[in-house]
Amino acid sequence: MSIDRKTFLRITGCGLAAALAGSKIAGLIAEAQDELTTPDPAALKGRRWAMVIDTKKCLKDEGCDKCIQACHRVHNVPEIADARREVKWIWKEPFEHAFPAHDPEHLPEALAGRPVLVFCNHCDAPPCVRVCPTKATWKRASDGVVMMDWHRCIGCRYCVAACPYGSRSFNWSDPRPHLVQINGAYPTRTKGVVEKCTFCDERLARGQLPACVEACTEKALIFGDLADPGSEVRRLVRENFTLRRKPELGTAPQVFYLI
Amino acid sequence: MFMFEKAVVGGRRYWSWLGVLAAVIALGFASYLRQLDQGLAITGLSRDVTWGLYIAQFTFLVGVAASAVMVVLPYYLHNYKVFGKVTILGEFLAISAVTMCMLFILVDMGQPARVLNVILHPTPNSIMFWDMVSLSGYLVLNAVIALVTLTAERKGIAPPGWIKPVILISIPWAISIHTVTAFLYNGLPGRSFWLTALLAPRFLASAFSAGPALLILLCMILRRFTWFDVGREPIQKLALIVTYAMVVNVFFVLMELFTVFYSGIPEHQEHFKYLFVGLEGHGSLVPWMWTSVLLAVASLVLLLVPRFRHDEKILAVACVTVFLSLWIDKGIGLIVGGFVPSPLGAVTEYAPTLPEISIALGIWAVGFLMITVFYKITLSVREYLGA
Amino acid sequence: MRDRPWILLGLVAFLGLITFPIWYNQAAGTTSAAPELQKAVKGDTCIYPTDYMRASHMDVLMRWRDEVVRNDKRLVKIGDKTYNMSLTSTCMDCHTSKADFCDKCHNYAGVKPYCWDCHVDPALLKGGAGERAALRAPGGQHVD
Repeated sequence: MSIDRKTFLRITGCGLAAALAGSKIAGLIAEAQDELTTPDPAALKGRRWAMVIDTKKCLKDEGCDKCIQACHRVHNVPEIADARREVKWIWKEPFEHAFPAHDPEHLPEALAGRPVLVFCNHCDAPPCVRVCPTKATWKRASDGVVMMDWHRCIGCRYCVAACPYGSRSFNWSDPRPHLVQINGAYPTRTKGVVEKCTFCDERLARGQLPACVEACTEKALIFGDLADPGSEVRRLVRENFTLRRKPELGTAPQVFYLI
Repeated sequence: MFMFEKAVVGGRRYWSWLGVLAAVIALGFASYLRQLDQGLAITGLSRDVTWGLYIAQFTFLVGVAASAVMVVLPYYLHNYKVFGKVTILGEFLAISAVTMCMLFILVDMGQPARVLNVILHPTPNSIMFWDMVSLSGYLVLNAVIALVTLTAERKGIAPPGWIKPVILISIPWAISIHTVTAFLYNGLPGRSFWLTALLAPRFLASAFSAGPALLILLCMILRRFTWFDVGREPIQKLALIVTYAMVVNVFFVLMELFTVFYSGIPEHQEHFKYLFVGLEGHGSLVPWMWTSVLLAVASLVLLLVPRFRHDEKILAVACVTVFLSLWIDKGIGLIVGGFVPSPLGAVTEYAPTLPEISIALGIWAVGFLMITVFYKITLSVREYLGA
Repeated sequence: MRDRPWILLGLVAFLGLITFPIWYNQAAGTTSAAPELQKAVKGDTCIYPTDYMRASHMDVLMRWRDEVVRNDKRLVKIGDKTYNMSLTSTCMDCHTSKADFCDKCHNYAGVKPYCWDCHVDPALLKGGAGERAALRAPGGQHVD
């Protein structure tokens, strides 16, 4: 028996309170008294998660899409044929679309028109979070991840309008018919909500690196804690010249590109 | 309840008009049920153009709602008696317009059943939260004002004293609803088309032109089909307001064009290029935008020449041109133009689908139904008093 | 008092109408029989006593939902046991069949929770090639 008599009585008392005062109050009592929730002790801990993308390594094989496949499989991201209604968490954009401020006429050949990996920048000052009317998207205070709560999203698409990187996708219809296979350990989405990359919060919570990082055989994606002076991401941005997407907008993206 | 008994007495023409509106509403509602079932995929929206007809109609109608202040302010603040007969018409127009705004927001939601999350999890950093506050506040203010003043009028007594401060609050509140609506768009870092401090003033100028133009047309319709005549003077005063506001609006647009094209910043220019000459071979809005320009120029000629403006037949034409010009500008170009090109430079065209248009028409019909019923009540009260 | 028969008739009609669900269920034979739910496949006790779970499982799930998604807490300690706060793993480890456990009672009670619009019914994962077809519910509706 996991529940002793005292707990049992308390819970039955709660049931009575529920009948009398509404289940919400009872829930709060139960939560306060009986349920002790904790993070998984195995969880990765960071104060400011960030990503460095080594474009040289990434471009070794332009046709490679292991990271995209891994991410989209594990998160049940649908494959929608109509590009206008696509849902995507991580994908490739030509360099000059990802970095429109750079003169496309005089780019080095190694970059012009070459595909660059793009996904949510997990901005330090995310405009999507600023505009969300329900806190369905928010920046986690503990580690800076810009999260999504698909239970709460009302589908107003204000965040889509606010994101200067096109990182957010709306479910124009039920995504399930567009899933070739399903990962039962992760939810799908329903029609009418916005989704995006969450830096694999569900994997970080269990002590795993993001799926894209793990899938990259070139080790072109480096994930780590930017607030930790000894971290690999911190070393890379300290020792190399890196680009960020549209930093002039003041969003402070946390994805850095090694060129 | 609120003299609604007066709305169920009417002639054949009244009932056939209501019947037509009910049919349009039913069609829109059927389309909405389809949207509820299949999602917003039944619209012409896409990942690049995520807001379209619904949100654009919302934006335009916030302006119509706010424009009631153009009759309320002279009448109550300056005791301008000429507007005595039209003030309540303006307030009822505002109530109907705000209701349409709310419906347009609702049909744009991906998860309409969760819309109360905006209240359950209030988020003051979101302009949408403040838009909800200002719109619902404005609706309540106007409903109370209209109810109290019309009730007093029916009883032949002066309205209670406490209504005066409520009316005074409604004046800046009207300005606020359209300012906050502009803030929805012009606080977004990646959308250069809207990223201009002139947006709210421009919204107000176009609103104070299109709204009173509609009110003039409504007064003319009332005169033609009912016994009720507001008289020549209020219509002429309203026409003057339309004229000034339209001039200011066109001036603001020219300011915008100068800033964008003289500075030469591509990100800012591209949206205007898309709207007026097309971009990368895409230009489905070009004919619309030039129609809007031509109508605006025509309306200015008709309004600015006193001889034309004083002729009520020509004035009616001028009001239609003003209304159509601004409806195209705000109800189509302003929202879609902000999304093309996308922040990644993609040019994706948008055209509303039939179900989307039928939902929008359904909501407009709800608005016209409300206006009809409210005006019917008002006229019945006045007819009774006059008899 | 000439209206008396009409008033009585109206009252009878009104009573008939408001008690319609009772007549209807009597006639259709759908009444009162509580649904037989699938027994838990393992474990002798649920995380909480059955009565509490029966009445308030949705509150537990809502709390778990907020703890996991919004507070990044993944584990819950109830008494001396620790659980992973997960509908599809923890709950469905024992109550394996959505159709025979969740749906039966929800259908009986006439409630339509939207959990399964997103969370994956393990039954959908079986059957390889038929997977995709199974996901597509008729009439563009959700699988629920």
